[in-house]
Amino acid sequence: MRRIAIALGLPVVLVAVWWFASAGSTDFYRPALSRILLAFRETWFGPRLFDDALPSVGRLFAGYALALVLGVALGTAIGAIPWLRALLEPALEFLRAIPPPVLVPIIILIAGFGDLMKVIVIVSGCVWPILLNTVEGVRGVDEVLADTCRSYRITGAMRLRHFVLRAASPQIVTGARQALSIGIILMVISEMIAASQGLGFTIVQFQRGFQIPEMWSGVLLLGLLGVGLSALFQVFERRILIWYHGQRAEMREW
Amino acid sequence: MLHVEGLSKVYDGHGRRTEAIADITFSVAEFEFACVVGPSGCGKTTLLRCIAGLLAPTSGRITVSGEPVAVVFQEYGRSLFPWMRVRDNVELPLRASHMKAQRRRELVAEALESVGLSDVHNAYPWQLSGGMQQRVAIARAIAYGPRVLLMDEPFAAVDAQTRAELEDLIRSVWQRLGVTLLFITHDIDESVYLGQRVIVLSASPTRVAEIVTVDLPAERDQLTTRSDARFAELRTQVYAQIQKAKRSTP
Amino acid sequence: MSRALLGATGLLGLIAIGEAVPRLGLVPIQYAPPPSRIAAALASEAQQPRFWTAVGDTLRTWAEGLAIALVAGVVLGVVIGSVPLLRAATASTIEFLRPIPSVALIPLAALLYGATITSTRVLVVYAAFWQVLVQVLHGVADVDPVAHETARVYRLGRWARVRYLIWPTALPYALTGLRLAASVALILAITGELVIGSPGLGREIAVAQGSGVSAVPTMYAYVVVTGLIGLCANAFARMGERRILAWHPAIRREVAAA
Repeated sequence: MRRIAIALGLPVVLVAVWWFASAGSTDFYRPALSRILLAFRETWFGPRLFDDALPSVGRLFAGYALALVLGVALGTAIGAIPWLRALLEPALEFLRAIPPPVLVPIIILIAGFGDLMKVIVIVSGCVWPILLNTVEGVRGVDEVLADTCRSYRITGAMRLRHFVLRAASPQIVTGARQALSIGIILMVISEMIAASQGLGFTIVQFQRGFQIPEMWSGVLLLGLLGVGLSALFQVFERRILIWYHGQRAEMREW
Repeated sequence: MLHVEGLSKVYDGHGRRTEAIADITFSVAEFEFACVVGPSGCGKTTLLRCIAGLLAPTSGRITVSGEPVAVVFQEYGRSLFPWMRVRDNVELPLRASHMKAQRRRELVAEALESVGLSDVHNAYPWQLSGGMQQRVAIARAIAYGPRVLLMDEPFAAVDAQTRAELEDLIRSVWQRLGVTLLFITHDIDESVYLGQRVIVLSASPTRVAEIVTVDLPAERDQLTTRSDARFAELRTQVYAQIQKAKRSTP
Repeated sequence: MSRALLGATGLLGLIAIGEAVPRLGLVPIQYAPPPSRIAAALASEAQQPRFWTAVGDTLRTWAEGLAIALVAGVVLGVVIGSVPLLRAATASTIEFLRPIPSVALIPLAALLYGATITSTRVLVVYAAFWQVLVQVLHGVADVDPVAHETARVYRLGRWARVRYLIWPTALPYALTGLRLAASVALILAITGELVIGSPGLGREIAVAQGSGVSAVPTMYAYVVVTGLIGLCANAFARMGERRILAWHPAIRREVAAA
């Protein structure tokens, strides 16, 4: 009871402060919270949900899933083959150092303005943290476990599935978490730079059209999206890494 | 059953040549329980890894007539898959050998039963004590149905009491299962208590210093065997060999 | 073959592929200029003062934002982390605010500050701040309980505890936070310039994008420059971490945070 009160206390106070401090605001740029919430309902619980918000999220998921498959597959290969790693490491270091948003204009040139471009943009940014973390994870597998696999003839697909990928999963998850926040950024940016629909586009339109409460509501929606996806991610993480967190908690007790 | 002939192993890395094993020759008969003991750093683990096929010898021949071979490692905490429950850890090698699910389940249940862990099959390895984790590793080896079982200082990292229990467990497993067992240890008492023969290694570069036949009765227990006069004689003999081996180090 | 040689081969291979693919007509050459043309464009840009102004603006936005975020993150992290009640009270709020994508602030910043360095700096600070704060909080939580009790037994004052106990433990985490923050900050600095149009490399990319096919190699050249800056930032951050922590006995674990 007390813990819930402590956890909820500050957020409630902050929202209350925002609500009352902004109540009856006449500042054009900082409308009252009540006005923003009203705009939120009017803006996002209508056709815009299906025309702008959901397609954006759909592209995000498509790009993210693609990056996950690509990053884990390439990362496993690079992590497992030393000469391949030595060959590609400097090139990968450079490619991943490029801030992903600057690739948007380039990808537009090659893939046009459609959904494909946006998905490629998301993949091009999300793949690096997943790839590099997978490489680290695969490199760092425990030798004794590797010996165990060899002596019990656990090889091929079985070794990959039950040993390599599982052993690397804490790092893969770390990479996937970083990739998720990059993915959201790129989803918004690709739409802000070049689109005729989508969340990023709509919010920039509101800003340029000085529809201030609507713009604020869009900012709020992006925030909620980020929080929601991160919560969803945590649920998956708990399930996948239950052994990892359990083992670490056990170690701390010793 | 198991023949090691003129085995040598040289590590060659970055201009430094380390001769871990100079020349080792011995054999282990079918269904025999043989212990390998030697001063620390004498390449016992290297020997085991060569026999297990995890390491290529520099020269010499190793013949293991009898499949499959199971290995129990010293680092129990690192030889069990932490993301699998106890049951799945024991089952994985069987799945890799394409055994039917029904048969797998029976073997896993039997193996866990024989090491006294039937009730924790659903736990994760890291939820168990060190001794129990090593029991899981032993159960995995048993379920695999090996004709040759290799153990690399399996009890070096558990406390004394657990260790005595595990020693008795491994003796009974060996008697019941009928496997050829090669047990590596640095503990002289353990080697005499467990084995039918003790292969004493010299310090590095390693050779076989002596092979001691343990003529103790087959039925052994911690109290009477260890207080037996013959036990004391044998351990003194092995101990003297190891001391001699240490002194003769160049 | 040695590692370095293999790595150089890989880089040359990348350049060779980049050169061959457009020349063989696999992609239109005007949209994907070969590296030789990009290099030529870069060389001619580098002779113009506006290029160096843009580089300077980007670096300034990045460094200033990072510095503000670092100071704020470390101070707040140590304060919040060492007062249990404060930590409990802010945990949920931090968990909520942290995943809010910094780009959500782009329209706000653009509206309030226009196409200025200030508006991009706001984004940089916001994005980098959380990286530092979260790492520092982990670091403070990692202080050995035995050391805590020892400090209490010897009646170390609050300041002494921060100075000799909390700070040394949290330092490696803070540096990890700085390294993560540095790369995020660069992304946001260039994004802000690109989208809002504040001065810097990002704006130059947007300008080149709007200048037709002839400016395409120039655009690529700027992209390469951002990559090189990113590379340097990573290298410096890692080097600094190693230099400062050379004495540190603790095994540094990277706390999973992004």
